Amino acid sequence: MSTSGRAGGAGAAPAGFHVHDTGTGLPGNLQVNPRLSKWLRFRGDGAVEVFCGKVEIGQGILTAIAQIVADELDLDLARVRMVPASTALSPNEGVTSGSFSVEHSGSALRYACAEARALFLDAAAQRLGVAAASLTVQGDGTIVGPGNLRTSYWELGDLNLLDRDATAKVPPKPASARQVAGTAALRIDIPDKVFGRSRFVHDLALPGILQGRILRPPSPGATLTVLDDAKAKEVPGVVAVARNGSFAGIVAETEQAAAAGLKALAGGAQWQAGEPLPDEAGLRAWLKSQPVETTSINVRDAAAPAAKARTVRREYMRPYIAHASMAPSCAIAQWSAGGLRVWTHSQGIFNLRAELALIFPLAPERIVVEHAEGAGCYGHNGADDVALEAALLARAVDGRPVRLLWSREDEMAWAPVGACQAMDLEADLDAKGDIVGWRHDVWGNGHVSRPGRGKTPTLHAAWQLAKPFPRTPAINPPVSGGGGSERNATPLYDFPAWRITNHRLLTMPIRTSSLRTLGAFANVFAIESFMEELAVERDEDSVEFRLRHVKDPRARAVIEAAAQRAGWAGWQKREGAGHGIGFARYKNAGAYCAAIAEVETDPDIRVRRIVLAVDVGEVINPDGVINQIEGGAVQATSWVLKEAVRFDRERITSDTWETYPILRFSEVPAVEVDLIARPEEKAMGAGEAAHGPVAGAIANAVYDALGVRVRDLPITRERIIATG
Amino acid sequence: MPETTRLRVNGSERSIEADPATPLLTVLRGPLGLTGTHFGCGANQCGACNVLIDGQAVASCDTPLWAAAGKDITTLEGLGTPERPHPLQAAFIAEQAMQCGYCISGILISAAALLRRNPDPSEAEVRAALDRNLCRCGAHNRIVRAVLRAATEGRPS
Repeated sequence: MSTSGRAGGAGAAPAGFHVHDTGTGLPGNLQVNPRLSKWLRFRGDGAVEVFCGKVEIGQGILTAIAQIVADELDLDLARVRMVPASTALSPNEGVTSGSFSVEHSGSALRYACAEARALFLDAAAQRLGVAAASLTVQGDGTIVGPGNLRTSYWELGDLNLLDRDATAKVPPKPASARQVAGTAALRIDIPDKVFGRSRFVHDLALPGILQGRILRPPSPGATLTVLDDAKAKEVPGVVAVARNGSFAGIVAETEQAAAAGLKALAGGAQWQAGEPLPDEAGLRAWLKSQPVETTSINVRDAAAPAAKARTVRREYMRPYIAHASMAPSCAIAQWSAGGLRVWTHSQGIFNLRAELALIFPLAPERIVVEHAEGAGCYGHNGADDVALEAALLARAVDGRPVRLLWSREDEMAWAPVGACQAMDLEADLDAKGDIVGWRHDVWGNGHVSRPGRGKTPTLHAAWQLAKPFPRTPAINPPVSGGGGSERNATPLYDFPAWRITNHRLLTMPIRTSSLRTLGAFANVFAIESFMEELAVERDEDSVEFRLRHVKDPRARAVIEAAAQRAGWAGWQKREGAGHGIGFARYKNAGAYCAAIAEVETDPDIRVRRIVLAVDVGEVINPDGVINQIEGGAVQATSWVLKEAVRFDRERITSDTWETYPILRFSEVPAVEVDLIARPEEKAMGAGEAAHGPVAGAIANAVYDALGVRVRDLPITRERIIATG
Repeated sequence: MPETTRLRVNGSERSIEADPATPLLTVLRGPLGLTGTHFGCGANQCGACNVLIDGQAVASCDTPLWAAAGKDITTLEGLGTPERPHPLQAAFIAEQAMQCGYCISGILISAAALLRRNPDPSEAEVRAALDRNLCRCGAHNRIVRAVLRAATEGRPS
């Protein structure tokens, strides 16, 4: 898995991870789902139904996709109806992750709709006896020809015109002709959310629904040796106790009865301890003492090696970070003679179905997985786990649906967490102090335990069953898809030589999986901190130093724009305040982002202002992109200043909002976003662009203010005192 | 043991047959079918389940039913409707003031309580009033802008 040259597959298909090019040459996910009728259907009631396999997780994807559809079909946005994703209906679009949705799903629908429009205009031309070129489409779907001849998408909808494979031969509109895509259309899901109309899986009311709770082990990997459920069964309202190996839970008529039943059940349980957790105080040493799989990620050798005068070495670290979604994970499951039906907020409904099929075992066609929204999720949280657990509980009852809502403690302590990561960086400097060599080594667990990626199930309860599936350590996605631990470990800077190496842990006492940006947050924090340390050593301006090392004009443009907007050159140095910059191109193949942070130390670190300049190529919805960048900047500030999963040798102890604090309203910085429009460039996701640059910017601003370089996140007052 | 508790919910008199220790949130979401109020933590630490009780923003997850007896309760559904939105609801749409929206119900309630007692808050007062409401998506600044907009637009001119 070694490549040379610019890392992260820049220039290569960035889609290798999610899209299997079957040689059809079709754009995006049309490659794997070429049938046009799989994507859209014109209904007699005057709406086009769009079947999109990507799901809403608060990022506004349904609106962005609807905008693309409206544009290519010449329809008003209100005529586009996004159908909730379901394995029974939707095209299989893999997982909603990696900032790929606009690129893969949006491009598929753009071509599918362009072709659909042409097919309908041809059919209309035949029906009306005029040339297709003489027809126009109105926003309500009416197709108008010469002499006021009229038909509509809706009248022609019965002709089964879309029962054919896409050819992608009808070119979509040029950027200049788009009227809906590229505008700040209002999000289609927001009215429901401000008026309290149900959109969340948590709110689904099915007839006869029962409530579940599950019994948690005292430590991950502990084995349930004895379970006396007599007392639990006596609790009024308890319908059943489910058990399979070390998995056990309660099904009851109400949530209160389920909670009371669980308490009684816990009293009858005996456990044998599992694998101990590492020592929280010695994580770096622990990471380096574990068995690892070492992979050379990227090697660049200088054409003419320069003489090295000395080497600078620094060590950086990020802790385990929790998703800490606002809603505890939730799912509903129902068994019938036909099989299993699951309602879930999973990001990958087809992968979830595949794992459920493997576990029960059951033919995949006998399982339907329906998506309903959950709270914002920032990667692989508990959404998939809870679906299996609900299905296991529902097996204990006779056909009634069972809803399982995790507790807050479940969500904080039992969802997978983002991997802790140690990074050692070295720069070789020549006699003039210029960088002639660069090394970046990463130690940590892999970043992916998502369902459907490995050979065996990764759902938590699958490891607890009487016939358990093996508990496998997290893996990393291929470098061609951006990598995992090593994501953004290769700098975008033009150093003449580098060696980038990843050491993936082969043990996993704390379960890790995808959290927003995977390794990029930590690697960019390390690179941008180290760049700053080198710039400071040379007494060189941070912005100039970066510009001197990057030729890519789009990279330079965001750095310059952020500096301009923030008033970098005019900064007045004052006591207790500092500013700093961070930059990255996400995955070295996605969005460009530069961030400038301004902090005050009074005496806690307060980030007052973050200015970002972003280039995501074509922008489908400017306000949507800005919302993602603002949110990314605020979340990254929270990660940098506050967040670390806490644990003792047995279990995760940061299982409430008091023990896992996040940034509050009074602590949130002002955020300004400068969006650089490039309508002719490929559209790239915005959701993960800001985290790494913001981390670097805050760390550098803290140094600027205090002269203290904190290399272990989070940057808390205690850390500053310990470091300084 | 189940008892009868009388409440006034979104302007209607309701009579609930339940154990008086049942959390108000459970009653709202269950028998009353008002799922606009969300469960977040069950410990009054996140604000997702806030409702107005006699005009004050209160976490319904750890408010027992008996404590709400005879009181006037307003949930998100009672704040306004698409036809007659509360100024806050209109402002949250105008500012696109959310990402996932799970926390928004409780935030709208906290903001409504603020505007009742202080119709012209400063930005710092808005932030202070929302400080016990958590948002994980990072929509805070949009939310603050929306509350300030609602204060301006909701004021009689």
